Amino acid sequence: MILNQEMKQHIIDSLKKGVRFDGRKNDDFREVNVEYDVAPSAEGSARVTIGDTIVLAGVKLGLEKPYPDTPDSGMLMVNAEFMPMASPEFESGPPSIASIELARVVDRGIRESGAIDVKKLCIEAGEKAWSVGIDVITINDGGNLMDAAALAALAALKATKFPKVKKDGSIDYKEKTKDSLPLVKEPISVTAHLIGDQILVDPSVEEEQSSDARITAAALDDKTICALQKGGERALSEEEIDQMLTLSLKKAAELRKRL
Amino acid sequence: MTESKLLIKDKQIVVPGEELAQGMDYLPSTGSYRDANSIVSQLLGLVRIDGKVIKIVPLTGQYMPKRNDVVVAQVSDVTYSAWSLKTFSPYQAMLSMKEATSEYIEKGADLTKFYGIGDYVVVKITNVTSQKLIDVTMKGPGLRKLRKGRIIKVNSNKVPRIIGKQGSMVGIVKQHTLTQITVGQNGIVWIYGEDPKMENLAETAIRKIEAESHTDGLTGKIEEWLQTEVKK
Repeated sequence: MILNQEMKQHIIDSLKKGVRFDGRKNDDFREVNVEYDVAPSAEGSARVTIGDTIVLAGVKLGLEKPYPDTPDSGMLMVNAEFMPMASPEFESGPPSIASIELARVVDRGIRESGAIDVKKLCIEAGEKAWSVGIDVITINDGGNLMDAAALAALAALKATKFPKVKKDGSIDYKEKTKDSLPLVKEPISVTAHLIGDQILVDPSVEEEQSSDARITAAALDDKTICALQKGGERALSEEEIDQMLTLSLKKAAELRKRL
Repeated sequence: MTESKLLIKDKQIVVPGEELAQGMDYLPSTGSYRDANSIVSQLLGLVRIDGKVIKIVPLTGQYMPKRNDVVVAQVSDVTYSAWSLKTFSPYQAMLSMKEATSEYIEKGADLTKFYGIGDYVVVKITNVTSQKLIDVTMKGPGLRKLRKGRIIKVNSNKVPRIIGKQGSMVGIVKQHTLTQITVGQNGIVWIYGEDPKMENLAETAIRKIEAESHTDGLTGKIEEWLQTEVKK
């Protein structure tokens, strides 16, 4: 539901009184569910549901020539698509700014944490390396696509198995080996929103519309923050950033148990 | 000719294509049709037998605009002389300047000063043409712009149950939660309460009615449930 200014203010007013529209506390996530291997044609896949939000992620592997500046590394690519079936606000056609941002936030979390040991993906320096393509597809937008997408991408990576390589160097996608990706770290992204003077996680669609600012932090299990994304129009004070990150890290630890 | 016979019971759930009755003594109504000697269901829903007439009350489905329905609509566009409204049905509605307000609007005035894009309004459908162009009015009791509060969407087929006989069901919810509620025939419900906790309770109650709409004696059950919840 698209809200007008007065209704957004109503959300802010009730948050001030300590009540969220669905009765949760500010630091409560909705029910989180992770399912693995939902798409057999992908090398790895996962479906994540957070309340009404459903996101699907699939990993495709291919053999390609490495980039000239990193001849001894494999490649990583993240693509996100906002399907029109996920929300009446999403339209088909060229990717929206929000879907590009989503893909970049997911990409940055995985890339900057060094989650995949890309050196191990190299088969022949400068000639041949594995490329990892992650496709994120939104099935339903019930709010908080960012965290759901990042979680789905990581879960899909965890479930990925290399396909068999034939003697002539081509890939037999029908047959999977038992080898997993060299996943050395597991970054979990949690977005904290500032609405009025309240900081909360896992917003609904309505809360997202009322949000003044948000920070998405990807963190490892030792609480190292490896990627950040700030969104929303309002500027944040040092103290607010501190509170938001503390909350993100706390929730990331809880989300990690769901994998 | 063979004797007429009924193949289903009143309030039974039927699926599309299911044979409901045989013989010429029964008559099809909304959601059912005659196929040679039998009456067949068109929808997934509950059967209502009223004398010789067999009607299906759908369990689900999209809202279709009907004349005289009061709906909650959202302003999607403002033109030079009218507002275009989203009715949460497959069709758009037009609210003309004349029907929107009794105030005098000067020629070329900025119509967004009255209703802007994104605003929710309670309107009454005055006409639905064969091309499904909807005309609405805001002249009438209770027809107004909705301020503050929250908007939720429910299955439009459950709206009669949510409202109850002469508004009894929604009346109970309002009375116990001290909220203001407007239920549109299109399944859009507006709730506003001074106490956000009570507003949450009202939403939960409406969701509960929606989920349990097929059960008997729901009004009593909801009242009992609300009484215990309010005390918490």
